[in-house]
Amino acid sequence: MGELRIQGLTAEVAGRQILNGVDLVVKSGEVHAVMGPNGAGKSTLSHVLMGKPGYTVTGGSVTIDGVDLLALPTYERAKAGLFLAMQYPVEVPGVSLEELLTEALSAQGRDASVVHTTVAAEAERIGLATRLLDRPVNVDLSGGEKKRNETMQLAVLRPKFAILDELDSGLDVDALRACSRRVEAATTEFDLGVLAITHYSRLLEELKPDVVHILAQGRIVSSGGPELADELERTGYAEWVEDEAPAPAADPFADPFADPFA
Amino acid sequence: MSSPQWLVDRRSAAVHTDQFAMPSSEEEVWRYSRVADVDLNQWATVSDRSEGVPAEAAALLDSLGQLSGAVVVRNGSVVAARLDEALVAKGVYVGSLVDGPDAQTSLGVVADGGPDVFGRLNDANFLDGVLVHVPAGVTVEAPVAIIDWVDLDGAAVYPRLVVRVGADADVRVLDWHGSADIAAFVSPLVELDVDRAGRLSYGNVQMRGPGVWQIASQVSRVLNDGTLNSSHAGLGCDYGRMRTDCELLGRGATGNLSAVYFGTDSQTLDFRTFQHHAAPDTNSNLLFKGAVGGHSRSIYTGLIRVEKDARGTNAFQTNRNLKLSDTAWAESVPNLEIETNDVKCSHASTVGPVDEEQVFYLESRGVPTEIAERLIVAGFFDEVLEEFPVAAAVPLIAAAIDERLDAGVNS
Repeated sequence: MGELRIQGLTAEVAGRQILNGVDLVVKSGEVHAVMGPNGAGKSTLSHVLMGKPGYTVTGGSVTIDGVDLLALPTYERAKAGLFLAMQYPVEVPGVSLEELLTEALSAQGRDASVVHTTVAAEAERIGLATRLLDRPVNVDLSGGEKKRNETMQLAVLRPKFAILDELDSGLDVDALRACSRRVEAATTEFDLGVLAITHYSRLLEELKPDVVHILAQGRIVSSGGPELADELERTGYAEWVEDEAPAPAADPFADPFADPFA
Repeated sequence: MSSPQWLVDRRSAAVHTDQFAMPSSEEEVWRYSRVADVDLNQWATVSDRSEGVPAEAAALLDSLGQLSGAVVVRNGSVVAARLDEALVAKGVYVGSLVDGPDAQTSLGVVADGGPDVFGRLNDANFLDGVLVHVPAGVTVEAPVAIIDWVDLDGAAVYPRLVVRVGADADVRVLDWHGSADIAAFVSPLVELDVDRAGRLSYGNVQMRGPGVWQIASQVSRVLNDGTLNSSHAGLGCDYGRMRTDCELLGRGATGNLSAVYFGTDSQTLDFRTFQHHAAPDTNSNLLFKGAVGGHSRSIYTGLIRVEKDARGTNAFQTNRNLKLSDTAWAESVPNLEIETNDVKCSHASTVGPVDEEQVFYLESRGVPTEIAERLIVAGFFDEVLEEFPVAAAVPLIAAAIDERLDAGVNS
């Protein structure tokens, strides 16, 4: 059984401390949701874990099965078994999906000859139209198509641990269901450990969390079972946002797809 | 073979070389150029004919797949020419200009004397010249290829090409500029003439050796509803310059101009473009994309000029540059000069390193940094190469780009 271990992680962006000591342990096959208000450091956490330029780690450690991730460049973190499904997948003109995945697998010494057939099978499974597979990576894809594409790549690369950075933003209900189901299946299929960073609980309808953490002001302030997500859905994050006025009665983070008359 | 009297007269009418004043890099169109380093006395203007097809040129032709016709030019002399019989019967001509139909009127039809002193030098010094002539209404299916080869060390060579596309005629031409590994000065002048509703797709690959200096000029005119697609790949030379003048003279004329270029070591690649809209409802679209690595430099300056009468004009100009090393340098200066209100015009230019976000995205999937950058740079050129007029040349251009990336361009 593998383990993604984050201990006392502190990080800053442009001289400003955003993460103030994050502690988290995700084991293979587990789903951990990290929820939090805007500005809590959710995206910073995902970027720091993957090694995005522009962030400085000032303390703490991150390991996968004992391998120190923070000492590695991004592509070696991927090789160590980490995957980041991005909130805003970048368009890469002139680079095809197949090229990308072939290079990714080859660099890890894995069999890249299966890319074509695996991509076709996974694309069908997640409902990504075949015609989109020939396009340059993410170019001219809709929000939902981009998220399906991220999830499809996850399924092809079969990492040990996946960070989902707001996988539920910018996509419709059908795409959300397809993506979250696919990730849920991966937790048993290849024992994927998941760190699902999200603002809303709707991602967690199909992707069942074992643990829910609340991230506020750069640290985990509370952890619990799935019921914590339900509670947040009712009460919002007001309790965790110290610097702001208490949230009004109506949930300011209400699901925009929710039926207002429900 | 001796030149006809009209050509002898034409040449002698041109002023002698040493009376030609070299332009100064103070002039806007020569700013940042290396024209000050051009010393014509250093080079021997070729006056003797060359014979035989160089092996490299023959191999190139073989790699281009099916062709309607082909010409091999060696140091300014036409050493081989062929054209499908069926096209000969239709009045198409591909071969030495001086032997071609209406040679006297074809020469200089678009660019009498060219736009600058190097055009006039070409006028005075070119040997045979090449003519591609497609009569009205004729479609030439497979491309015509011209291999312009230079292998005379220390020579000054003045290649001349005239392409005439008649009304409603259609042809694709590949003009390949290659050389042996020599030092030479080459100054080509290309004239592209597109008659009413004619369609010319012209692809020019500049892959001369690293000891060659080239100052080239391409001048085109497009009449009513005609379309010119001109695409350039600038890869070779120590100093490689191309000036493009596209004249849209008839209502509904279109000029699509594109280029890829990639400088390494201490190369300078220098591009000047002029999109001239002189008639109503004319369209031009320019996309020049380049990368500079090593200590190389690139210059792009472009002007869109829309005349008072050119109502309903669409004119676009985009120049994007990737700077791959700290010591490389790229300059990009777009300009507009518009004399009427009824136009859609835009220009954009960028100079910058490979996009960090794109690299991070590929790396996050497990692609090593160097390979990620390589994929992105190669992909950067795709947009232009996909539209390159002669598809068979694209793998050769892509291979040359890969070679540069293999050599490492970051330092």
